[in-house]
Amino acid sequence: MEELQQILDQALTQFSAINDENQLEQAKAKYLGKEGSLTALLKGLGKLSADERPKAGASINQVKQSIEAALQQRRDALGHAKMATKLSAESLDVTLPGRGNGCGGLHPVTRTLSRIEHLFHSLGFSTTSGPEIEHDFYNFTALNIPKNHPARAMHDTFYIDPEHVLRTHTSPVQVHYMQTHQPPLKIISAGRVYRVDSDATHSPMFHQVEGLWVDEEVSFANLKGVVQDFLQRFFEQDDLKVRFRPSFFPFTEPSAEMDMSWRGGWLEIGGCGMVHPAVLKHVNIDSEKYLGFAFGLGVERLAMLRYGVNDLRQFYESDLRFLKQFN
Amino acid sequence: MKFSENWLRTWVNPNLSSDELSHLLTMAGLEVEAQEKVAPMFNNVVVAEVLAVEKHPDADRLNVCQVNVGEAAPLTIVCGAANVKAGIRVPCALIGAVLPGDFKIKQAKVRGVSSSGMLCSDKELGLAEDSQGLWILPVDAPVGVSLREYLDLDDRLITLKLTPNRSDCSGIAGLAREVAALTGSTVSPVAIADMPATLADRLEVKVEDAAACPLYCGRLVKNVNAKALTPDWMQRRLERSGLRTINAIVDITNYVMMELGQPMHAFDADKLSGGIVVRRAAKGETLTLLNEQSVVLDEQVLVISDDKKALALAGIMGGAGSGVDTATQNVFLEAAFFHPDAIAGRARHFGLATDSSFRFERGVDFAATRKCLERATQLLIEICGGTVCAVSEVTGTMPLRDAITLRASRVARVLGIVLDADEIAGLLARLQLKFTSSGDVYSVNPPSFRYDLAIEADLIEEIARLYGYENIPALPPQTVLTMLPDSETQRPLSRVQQMLVARDYQEIVSLAFVEEQVERDLCGNDNPVALQNPIASNLAVMRSSLIGGLLAALRFNLNRRQLRVRLFEVGACFAKANNMYVQTHRVSGIAYGNRQQEQWGAKPEQVDFFDVKADVEALFAPTALRFVAALHPALHPGRCAEIFCNDQSIGWIGELHPNWQKDMPQACIWFEVELDALMKVEVPHLQEIAKSLPVRRDLAVLVAEHVTVQSLTDAMHESRAPYVHEVVLFDVYRGAGVEQGKKSLAFRVLLQDTQRTLNDAEIEQSITILVDVLNRNGAQLRV
Repeated sequence: MEELQQILDQALTQFSAINDENQLEQAKAKYLGKEGSLTALLKGLGKLSADERPKAGASINQVKQSIEAALQQRRDALGHAKMATKLSAESLDVTLPGRGNGCGGLHPVTRTLSRIEHLFHSLGFSTTSGPEIEHDFYNFTALNIPKNHPARAMHDTFYIDPEHVLRTHTSPVQVHYMQTHQPPLKIISAGRVYRVDSDATHSPMFHQVEGLWVDEEVSFANLKGVVQDFLQRFFEQDDLKVRFRPSFFPFTEPSAEMDMSWRGGWLEIGGCGMVHPAVLKHVNIDSEKYLGFAFGLGVERLAMLRYGVNDLRQFYESDLRFLKQFN
Repeated sequence: MKFSENWLRTWVNPNLSSDELSHLLTMAGLEVEAQEKVAPMFNNVVVAEVLAVEKHPDADRLNVCQVNVGEAAPLTIVCGAANVKAGIRVPCALIGAVLPGDFKIKQAKVRGVSSSGMLCSDKELGLAEDSQGLWILPVDAPVGVSLREYLDLDDRLITLKLTPNRSDCSGIAGLAREVAALTGSTVSPVAIADMPATLADRLEVKVEDAAACPLYCGRLVKNVNAKALTPDWMQRRLERSGLRTINAIVDITNYVMMELGQPMHAFDADKLSGGIVVRRAAKGETLTLLNEQSVVLDEQVLVISDDKKALALAGIMGGAGSGVDTATQNVFLEAAFFHPDAIAGRARHFGLATDSSFRFERGVDFAATRKCLERATQLLIEICGGTVCAVSEVTGTMPLRDAITLRASRVARVLGIVLDADEIAGLLARLQLKFTSSGDVYSVNPPSFRYDLAIEADLIEEIARLYGYENIPALPPQTVLTMLPDSETQRPLSRVQQMLVARDYQEIVSLAFVEEQVERDLCGNDNPVALQNPIASNLAVMRSSLIGGLLAALRFNLNRRQLRVRLFEVGACFAKANNMYVQTHRVSGIAYGNRQQEQWGAKPEQVDFFDVKADVEALFAPTALRFVAALHPALHPGRCAEIFCNDQSIGWIGELHPNWQKDMPQACIWFEVELDALMKVEVPHLQEIAKSLPVRRDLAVLVAEHVTVQSLTDAMHESRAPYVHEVVLFDVYRGAGVEQGKKSLAFRVLLQDTQRTLNDAEIEQSITILVDVLNRNGAQLRV
């Protein structure tokens, strides 16, 4: 038995001194291999009497298990150490910049338009569009602005030929849509519009969003409700004050300008009103049965207020130093 | 429309501050665009008379003046102005006065002489930018009276942005009526008496177009003193209305227009031949206007003529040959009602916008025409003297003003508020609208001064306006809820934009107008859609492609030291076809500089055709595109392709022609595709997934340079070799081992059956078919 204890002690001592996996396996053979000392003891069991054999066998097996456990423990230790060395050698400077492709960005007007569309979609408005070169009829006449009407002078129109203009507002989309759809109607339409005008607050091309709701019972009070709701959501400001002031557009009546409170004053944000009966008549909608309201908002104005842009022209200069601030 | 607040307050004076009055007007739809004080704040400045002037004993340039400021004893004031002299009347700031710039006047000693005030220039009072010495007042200026009071300086100028429907407010009288309606105050109108004729002389007036001129009133006033000076109060009111004073007679006609809203005209009667004819101009007839502009007329234009020739553009502007001046002795005054339809647009046609045309084309009060003539006569006699002659008045068919039916129920539906009968009646009465009512239906007679009131909606707007828009609640609408349609076969534009953003493109929005040369050079477009009135010559035509804007934006950024620019735009492009305008929305992008942002561990490489081609393919995926070598005026002839989608040409891609980018050191890759083609997508329909793994075989072939990869992949697909699932080019090689003029292409072929594993014989059979087809297309298998 002393011999067993010696073998065990020797094995444990030897294993703990080994730092190499191969040497460890060779050392294992010395005890557990075919010629190993413990194997020899096991082989010698046959020489013992039947009474002694079980006890001696149990003792040898116990030592064998201890050696195997020590062996495994040492293997794990060596494995861990090796892994630790490898990992340590592989460590990175994680503060190096990431590599690969970059990312561009949307134009602030697109960003604003998509917010506007999103908000109106949530109220059940669908999106539609119309041409930018418009027939005079759609841009003016059908909107109750006959030839020679003083309101035409308010529009500073670009002419392509005597009958065609660059649309001066998105309102003609109303007419196209009402010609082809029956009420109830609930649409918005966003797009580029054109006016002969150019300075820090005017661009010859800019964007408008037009909204139209035609149904049996929609009122001016509802128009106020929808526009106010929109502006409060758009600016994420529940207490944003919105003011409606009488105004004049040939295609709405009553007509109003919409102002919102801004830095202690009021800022004009668009025009709106109840669809004029003459406009409904042009598209064969019975104005006794149906009422409608329409509104037009300046997209750049909304973007300027939202993002702190002061010069309208910056939107069209395509300066990356400007554009990238909206990414 | 600009006017003096104090003038308005002589007509109606509600108990409101200036700011409150402006707010009231704005909230009633008469937007106050601007309001400014006539004079800056100063006080204790009075009209003074210089009694005596003596040289200062110790200073050459100073005088010691005795000044009467209306007190018992004159004041001694030292004055340095060169134009001071005894007898003049000037503003004098008394001790304790505060002038603009917080300049306080104190008792002072000037070089030993005590001075008790300061004689002022208009500059020192903040009333002029520059001045030449003391401000010399008229000799009858009342000594001792506050200058502010004397010159009515505690006044404000109010500028209204009048909407086209409210011409009734283009005179003080109309504004007063409006303010009274809004506030309940009483109007004190100016008294106008009929001026009795003392001479029966009259000009014969003939109106040939009675529809265009339903009412014409005219009268001779003889022996006037046209040299008389326009009184100060009138000059002041005209100036504060933004009108220059010209001569007394013209000033009077302008004054009546500002006061009552009726444009008037004065002819020099001695310059007329015979009577007055109101008629359409003859085609080709010419007229030189008061502003010296010569115009060629036609039948669209209404003129006032005498027996021989046109004298004035009716309702727009008088002629140079018949106007009054200071030599005029006999005046013919005109007050007429021209129908808006006869005036509208005519002034603009001649590039004119006059105070007269502004009012007539919007409509003036046709019941007040005669009264205005009397008012002008009255002022003329007061100021210039003269003898009043009889009125010539020609009345045609006055505009019909049908009664308007107004239903309380409709008011409630349109506005969303319920007003009872008394409220509606009260609002109508405040607007001076005459009406009868039966139940909840009103029959309203629109007055002659409210040209804009014709239908029920007009009255509902008036009711809302007077009730106050801010008093109408903001209510959420109630409606039937339905979901919006959402088509999965339409790719949303936002997804296209997001994809380009994800591929490192920055969106831009550029103007849709370009220079004509850009269209010609870059698009080969000799017939662009041109603007008749462009804002500038470099913005004269509509773009037919987005390339111009992108290229300009690229240049803009390169000039600002950007080294890598990748931009895209989505927008309409315009072309003419069969007398129609075609408007196509396109998506276009441009890439310049390195493939990737400069970074560590990656070799900098310039972006090329194939990088951008991959971007385009990704946009359309899963739809496969075909790229066919073609020529485009903007692009490098050997690096340019027309893009086809389902056999339709839908766009272009290529490297910019070196001629168009001489200023750029690196190549620029551009693409443009039609948005419609990009929007169409199929709803996915699942295909069976193969149970076995695919077998890969690589085929490397040698071909002549001119053979395209597309021709080989097409041929392999058309061979219909069984089990071939995918053929993809994965390598192109030129150089050692490949003879000059040839290239080596390597294709990856994946073979597969959905149900089972293929055996070697089946695989070899398919590969043999492919190799055969390659051989027939000039490609030799490399061994």
